[in-house]
Amino acid sequence: MKEQSKTAVARRKSLRFRFSNTWDLYFFLIPTLVYFAIFHYAPMYGLQIAFKNFKTRQGIWGSPWANPVWYHFERLFSTSLLQTALLNTLALSFYSLIFGFLPPIILALMLNQVSNVRFKRFVQTVSYAPHFISVVVMVSMLFCMFSTTNGIVTRLLAVFGLGPYPITSEAQYFRGLYVGSDIWQNMGFSAIIYIAALSGISPELHEAAVIDGANKAQRIWHVDIPGILPTITILLILRSGSIMNVGFQKVYLMQTSLNLSKSEILSTYVYKVGLQDGDFSFSTAVGMFNSIVNFILIISVNAITRRLSETSLW
Amino acid sequence: MSEVTAKKKGKAIRKTKFDLIFDIVIYTLLSLLTLSYLYILIFTVSASFSDPNAVYSGRVVLWPVDFTLQGYQRVFQEKMLWTGYLNSIIYMVVGTLISTFLTLTGAYALSRKDLPGRGVITGLLVFTMFFSGGIIPLYLIVRSLKLLNTMWALILPGAISMSNLIIARTFFANSIPDGLLDAAKIDGCMNTRFFFSIVLPLSKPIIAVIALYYGIGIWNDYFNAMIYIKTRSFYPLQLFLREILISSQTSSAMTGDVLEQELLAQLQEIIKYTLIVVGSVPLLVIYPFLQKYFVQGVMIGSLKG
Repeated sequence: MKEQSKTAVARRKSLRFRFSNTWDLYFFLIPTLVYFAIFHYAPMYGLQIAFKNFKTRQGIWGSPWANPVWYHFERLFSTSLLQTALLNTLALSFYSLIFGFLPPIILALMLNQVSNVRFKRFVQTVSYAPHFISVVVMVSMLFCMFSTTNGIVTRLLAVFGLGPYPITSEAQYFRGLYVGSDIWQNMGFSAIIYIAALSGISPELHEAAVIDGANKAQRIWHVDIPGILPTITILLILRSGSIMNVGFQKVYLMQTSLNLSKSEILSTYVYKVGLQDGDFSFSTAVGMFNSIVNFILIISVNAITRRLSETSLW
Repeated sequence: MSEVTAKKKGKAIRKTKFDLIFDIVIYTLLSLLTLSYLYILIFTVSASFSDPNAVYSGRVVLWPVDFTLQGYQRVFQEKMLWTGYLNSIIYMVVGTLISTFLTLTGAYALSRKDLPGRGVITGLLVFTMFFSGGIIPLYLIVRSLKLLNTMWALILPGAISMSNLIIARTFFANSIPDGLLDAAKIDGCMNTRFFFSIVLPLSKPIIAVIALYYGIGIWNDYFNAMIYIKTRSFYPLQLFLREILISSQTSSAMTGDVLEQELLAQLQEIIKYTLIVVGSVPLLVIYPFLQKYFVQGVMIGSLKG
């Protein structure tokens, strides 16, 4: 038996043998490769129009180079809108990360303490529900709930003598509303991964802690949290990696002329300048700036976490 | 099973006062959270069934006030709603089929350790998760392929999601025993036949997970339609909802006969609640039954981290 597997390993090493064994798998790969070539790598090739003056007739390759080549980047760094949009992008991301990261973990830790299976399932099912609501419906629900004339939240606050606050229209409330509704919508679903990690913790650890006289809170702190720390780290890296990719879809829907000073982010700016005004080259430059900052961020976060702990993406 | 009894025993022995209070606090907090979710959902449904005047003046608190189907009657008169529903269903079915097929075949090939060039190809694909050309170059590519204003613009640009590809690859790598392949090889089975007649039947749960993720993604998307679709009769449901709910362009098919300003405002209010319900009912009704698949998907995805 052992001898057989050894020769098999040796044969597997020969490239020619491996190819003769797997050549038809490349037919499986062709559609995937074509897809990535067209819809991911071709747009990267298209990034060159950030250095050109794009003309629809001449196409990506044929359009003339800008003079100087970095002309659109010069424009980019000289507009004050960039500063605002960059600042807003970072602020929304950091707030989402700081305020949004803990609630699912806390929810999972609490659910893990519930021994009544029915109650646990019910809470889980209900808390997943908002995750399946589309962003259009979610934002319109916000508008309805916080409407200053008759929104249900406004009326609830009025019972306590508060408000009315123009929450959906004014800039100062924008970030809070965005981050808060995001937490409300996704907390339950994001908790799943931590619940899964918690169920993987060996019950012997808990038993040992009980014997040592640990109460529930101490067991959460000394057993549960260390047990899910690797999961937390990985997710933190992944979240940091998308810091520059704030959800365009929701921000765009929540924008009003009054809250633009806080709600204009890089991606909505790219959309407006590029697809609405038709300034393709300049908006590509803005988008490219976004992608590069994002790329640098994820590489640094990964490097930092690798140094601090054993866990990293690669 | 024995773990559960062991846990229970431990509790029975050492249920201290602190633990009891701790449990009470947790149950209370979780109940409050659940109630807050339920309240919003119930209120929305109630408002859609209430008299416009009651909603507008804030008399609806939890249950419907002056029950009426007026909102639904008016909403269902709108032809665009049906067009949008139909379009969304078509886009979802076609898109899910294509995406799932592409993802499964690609993921299977990449899950095979004996595939030459696997590492390089995987690396090239993963790179796209961290760096992208951005929306404008993608739009130009879609435009130059003459896909603008067609269903394909909504389906092809996002046909394969890297996270689904990774989930499927992880599943194939961990759940299809190598021995099966060796046995099939001895019988002279080609990879293609092995995949379709042995791997796929063994992968039903992962196929369900991936199809669900894609289906929901297409159903809930408005952004791709907003940039790629110009003809109104091709609008998916979400884009149509956006027009009315966010931009507040209530169509005359729904409110045409009401001319008085105040009545119109009241009517528009319950039309919004009704559309919110009509727009989210399909998924909210289905998801509790599919819940286990979502949970499975998240767990498989987390295996690899």
